[in-house]
Amino acid sequence: MSELSVQDSRSSMNGNIGSKKTVKEIISSVVRFAGDSGDGMQLVGDQFTNTSAVAGDFFATLPDYPSEIRAPAGTVFGVSGFQVCIGGTEVYTPGDQYDVLMAMNPAALKVNLANMQKGGIVIVNEDAFIQKNIEKAGYTENPLEGAAASSVNLVKVAMSALTVKALEGSSLTAREADRCKNFFALGMLYWLYNRDLNYTMKWIEKKFLSKPSIMEANKKALMAGLAYAESHDAFTHSFKIAKSGVTPKPGVYRNISGNQAAALGMIAAAQKSGLKLFLGSYPITPATDIMHELAKHRDFCTVFQAEDEIAAIGATLGASFGGALALTTTSGPGFSLKSEFMNLAMIVELPMVIIDVQRAGPSTGLPTKTEQSDMFQALYGRHGESPLIVLASSSPKDCFDTAVEASRLALKYMTPVIVLSEGYLGNGSEVWRVPSLDELAPIPVKFRTDPVGFQPYSRNPETLARPWAIPGTPGLEHRLGGLEKEDGSGAVSHSPQNHEKMTKLRAEKVAKVVQDIPPTEVYGHANADILVLGWGSTAGVIKHTVRKLNQDGLKVACAHIRHINPLPSDLKPLLQKYKKVLIPENNMGQLWYRIRAEYLIDTERLNKIQGQPFRADEIEAKIRSILG
Amino acid sequence: MTLDNKSNSGQLPTDPAEKPKLTRKDFLSGIEPRWCVGCGDYSTFNAVTRVFVNSGIAREKFALISGIGCSSRLPYYSNTYGFHTIHGRAPTVAMGLKIANPDLNVWVFTGDGDGLSIGGNHFIHLMRRNPNMKVVLFNNQIYGLTKGQTSPTSPLGVKTKSMPYGSIDRPMHPLTLALGAGATFVARVPDTDNDMLFQTLTAAQEHKGIAIVEVLINCVIFNDGVFAPFTDKATRPDTTVRLEAGKPLIFGAQSDRGIRMRDNRPEAVKIGEGGVSASDIIVHDPANPNSGYAFMLAEMGGAELPVPFGILRQTSEYVYQPAPGKPTPEGFAKVMQGSGAWMHEANGSIRSLEK
Repeated sequence: MSELSVQDSRSSMNGNIGSKKTVKEIISSVVRFAGDSGDGMQLVGDQFTNTSAVAGDFFATLPDYPSEIRAPAGTVFGVSGFQVCIGGTEVYTPGDQYDVLMAMNPAALKVNLANMQKGGIVIVNEDAFIQKNIEKAGYTENPLEGAAASSVNLVKVAMSALTVKALEGSSLTAREADRCKNFFALGMLYWLYNRDLNYTMKWIEKKFLSKPSIMEANKKALMAGLAYAESHDAFTHSFKIAKSGVTPKPGVYRNISGNQAAALGMIAAAQKSGLKLFLGSYPITPATDIMHELAKHRDFCTVFQAEDEIAAIGATLGASFGGALALTTTSGPGFSLKSEFMNLAMIVELPMVIIDVQRAGPSTGLPTKTEQSDMFQALYGRHGESPLIVLASSSPKDCFDTAVEASRLALKYMTPVIVLSEGYLGNGSEVWRVPSLDELAPIPVKFRTDPVGFQPYSRNPETLARPWAIPGTPGLEHRLGGLEKEDGSGAVSHSPQNHEKMTKLRAEKVAKVVQDIPPTEVYGHANADILVLGWGSTAGVIKHTVRKLNQDGLKVACAHIRHINPLPSDLKPLLQKYKKVLIPENNMGQLWYRIRAEYLIDTERLNKIQGQPFRADEIEAKIRSILG
Repeated sequence: MTLDNKSNSGQLPTDPAEKPKLTRKDFLSGIEPRWCVGCGDYSTFNAVTRVFVNSGIAREKFALISGIGCSSRLPYYSNTYGFHTIHGRAPTVAMGLKIANPDLNVWVFTGDGDGLSIGGNHFIHLMRRNPNMKVVLFNNQIYGLTKGQTSPTSPLGVKTKSMPYGSIDRPMHPLTLALGAGATFVARVPDTDNDMLFQTLTAAQEHKGIAIVEVLINCVIFNDGVFAPFTDKATRPDTTVRLEAGKPLIFGAQSDRGIRMRDNRPEAVKIGEGGVSASDIIVHDPANPNSGYAFMLAEMGGAELPVPFGILRQTSEYVYQPAPGKPTPEGFAKVMQGSGAWMHEANGSIRSLEK
């Protein structure tokens, strides 16, 4: 990323007083922290990100952790990574290749070295490169001595020894002192990026308030890391992120993951609609963090941790019957288990939001890895004629907006809405401007209370929604159920004509949602030959690639859809305007198939099913090959 | 929305002039029940609606939730709120409804196939959570609506359409399962005794916590007469024992037989014979904190021991209740901001909002 524009300049405004080292001004930079699961890499990654944010940078993060909680130390499958791209202008992805890698052991180096930018900086904890660890990582010889790392700037730092030395005289044991080395590493990076220590210092003070000796040790280690980098010759230059000159809209900002954003979106929707929020859920990776977030806020959400996935959605439907804004969250196998209840919710026409944080399937698949392969199930994975509204989130912060939109549509049309998120979005994070309640559009909800002329299946002519009459309301006693109901009265009906009528009404109701979809936005070249169409998490990498190719003079544009069902009404004419349409997806081509089925438009596809998001160069190469 | 469900106290509406006393007819939806002629579901439905009327609770305060099967059609016939859900899953919908609306009287209607087979997991967890909710389990030891297959309570060796050479599945005791899962009100009644049905279901309605009432239902089509030894007037006195709190476990046509403990086992004895006196007979204590006693009762039956009818166990324990939320605008802003937030000021400066 930094190759977009790299300038050398001597800076007089950085904090390296007395330093003869150069400061390079860059537009953006990709940093990867990697170590054992217990090395605290996610923690220092978070600190680095937030410190950058407070300095006014944009960012996107990608935590990448193994499915085992504490895989054997030193092994390649135990490597935990945290990646962040920081930039002075809007950042759309966590980046492809790393400009700087912090590798805490040989396994971390082994896993990440291939993704290094040529000439990038690799800082290793030299102390961890002992024979045993080198072998565990699968190296036959010490990679610090051979040719393995010859294409990068290798900076060997005895982090363990230096940390222990810095903490001499403290009451910590050598083992405890060694555990502070992640802050030593962070200190070096703070020097490298000319960062202020203040944010992390304050954080350490707050976090370890009850453990003064640990607090002091971590602060010392952080400062020692910074001092080491400043005084050590191996660090030849530092970086400064060039400001774009774009001042963000005033307001409160925070770092938010997709799962947190989804949770807060539901809380916001409950507040805007005046309903109580209910979550029925069962632990499953990578969706569980939505439950964790909502469980923290018990004034705003009642969380029911169910005995299984089916009970979770069953209770959600019960809560919806009872007048709550009802949410259930799940991933992969759990989404399959919920199918029958989605059907019941659909036929009884009660509102509900189902968030599926997609992971690599089928079956248990790759539980911690990302994929976009549940679209077909969301659209077609139920018996009978069972169309549902389906939305997809496109970035971590967009998970908030999608949750609000899903709630609004569910309540307006009295039907379940599926939200497709992805592991990559749920775990990834970015800068988010926190909206106030007043900034969000109202979500009007009215329970039926008048018994005069009440019919459980009468319909609002505009939306075809039936009335929401909740138990406890006098005079509106009625029975719901999975048996087909007569239009209007809601009595059980086996009439052939009524069944066809009801089937069509339920489909028409979902189709009516097109009236709520805003025009599809196109980004990029005004007279593009090729349109890249995306859905879900590919938004960032597609936009990033198109921006770059436009700078190179290529006639490329992109569009992204949030509404998967129904599709926007302007999509077909839009696609017909371009000579070529490319659909990149982390599946075998599910949107590609749907576009062909709906519109008879043959598009190009690019598919990656490796549990990892696309890299920008992969999409760029495909676009270039189509353009010839 | 308090823990104490006022409507469960049996109070009549405060202004009787405004709300005339309801009759059983008010609790009928007007849809004619479509159970087979002679089915035990009729008497159970009758008793349930009489309990509702007698409770004095407004009709709209009842929600009847069912799964799939003959018994699960019941909500359609009652003029209350109702939800005929999916096979085995009624407890899950009932839980969500009760959480969203704690003032409701939520009743679950299920059967031996629905509640113990496909819905076994939900049944267990409903019992252990102990919400203030009632479950009526219609046990006819057969799958009726699918026309006669072995159910989890069908006896070993019984010939059904799915096991024509005799069942090879050991049956389960619904009530030991409920007890094992921590149920706080456990009762069994036959479908033939209207008074016992009414009394037991009334006690269930008034119980604070989960109440499970097993009703032995005679399926006239696929399993006719399976409970006849316990319901026929001629045999019933000797094959069953009526449980009443504080009273000895005495049974028999002459009320001269009883249950005593010997070698840690229940034993049917004749009072006055072999040195057995009335004081040797176990006195029924449904509140016994040790569930072992209730397990013993639940397993009684067979050739040697009578089947107990009535309330086996009723204890007072923690009742499931999530904390009621108190959302405020200030709280909302705090939740949205989270930790580590910062402020972009209009003048372009940035400051951390961390305290």
